[in-house]
Amino acid sequence: MLGELVISAQGLTRYFGRKVVVHDMDLSIPRGSVTGLLGLNGAGKTTTLRMLLGFLEPTRGACQIFGCDSQSLTPEDRARIGYTVEGHFLYGWMTVRQSQEFQRQTFPNLNVGLFTETVRRFGIDPAQKNRTLSRGQRAGVSLALTLATEPELLILDDPALGLDPVSRRALNETLLDFCDGGQRSILLSSHLLDDVERVADRVAVMVHGRLLVHTTVDDFRARVAAWSLDLPPASRAIESIPGLVQARSLGGRTVVTVADPDQETAAAIARLSNSEPERLSVTFEDAVIAYLSRSRDSQSFLAHTGA
Amino acid sequence: MQIHITAGSPQSIYRQISDQIRRLVAADKLNVGDAVPSVRQLAKDLVINPNTVAKSYAELVRDGVLESQQGRGYFVARRKNIYTKAERLRRLDEALDQAVGEAITLDFTPEEISERLQMRLEKLLPQAHGTK
Repeated sequence: MLGELVISAQGLTRYFGRKVVVHDMDLSIPRGSVTGLLGLNGAGKTTTLRMLLGFLEPTRGACQIFGCDSQSLTPEDRARIGYTVEGHFLYGWMTVRQSQEFQRQTFPNLNVGLFTETVRRFGIDPAQKNRTLSRGQRAGVSLALTLATEPELLILDDPALGLDPVSRRALNETLLDFCDGGQRSILLSSHLLDDVERVADRVAVMVHGRLLVHTTVDDFRARVAAWSLDLPPASRAIESIPGLVQARSLGGRTVVTVADPDQETAAAIARLSNSEPERLSVTFEDAVIAYLSRSRDSQSFLAHTGA
Repeated sequence: MQIHITAGSPQSIYRQISDQIRRLVAADKLNVGDAVPSVRQLAKDLVINPNTVAKSYAELVRDGVLESQQGRGYFVARRKNIYTKAERLRRLDEALDQAVGEAITLDFTPEEISERLQMRLEKLLPQAHGTK
């Protein structure tokens, strides 16, 4: 159903000391997709990406890239993967062009045309010294260096962190161009939900080390619904609503967000509300935030039914 | 053809595209046989994932708004039904809800509201009433 997988994981688990940071994660990312990995800081996103890249050993379970175990990726496998890390390290004394030449020593087949096109998109003159670049431009150079190696898979840890709107747009355009043709894939973590909604076709949501959702963007939206109930806030009764993801109070009423609502859900909501409940529309951001604000112990309603 | 999309809207991006193309066709801003941008081009223009555009076009083809011509792209189809029956009803209800809501706040009775509606219908669609 998913076609060829570029990334997979089974029961992937990582402890730091006695603290579990990634818990029993199963993941299947098909070739050609752009997957947004979402979660609060500390949810385990970076740890997951580092295990996928083989930089960190899992405590239990396993993960593969291109079907090859992440712990035993060969240099040839690695050459097919591009990744950037948080912070975008560059030598300040080098010019942008020198950074490109430096990268070419490691990657003789570096696509210089693609590098130049990408930095131009971020409004960068290749003769500029790295230390004179803005944060968004540094991200642009870092991304351009990675893209110019022409990888099949891009793994980006929060590439949009701290970018201005112009650089964000340049980033989105660059990522979509990279995927043009449907053979290349991207896994990126991000906090910018509007950008993820635009660029990604799949979402993975992590909460406290667990992967709660992994499905297409449209499927994710379609399966989350919200109602406003005429019910005093903090009523315990709402816990009986099947599929409840989140409840909060708003103007003396209770707003509930529900996963996979069916007739039973609607009936339960109608029963609890003192007057007719109002169906609210749900944005992508609403759906994500509902999941991210859930408590540690709650169970997923979507995780095992992903498309 | 001008299409605007907003991320973070209660409407999904693919639905925003479908709705706007339907509206352009309904308003004769796009005519039968007109080409619409390719999936790749529109995705590029809007800076969105091409799968989103593809999903929207697939829906429009299914509903008979667009037709795909092998190797040439997508074109506005000969007008059959731009909207499905369910969609037409949904849109009618939406339009009526707004008008009726407004009318109620202006303190008219149901009889007065339907009488005015009837008058408008007779004025705008005389042929439909002449056959009665």
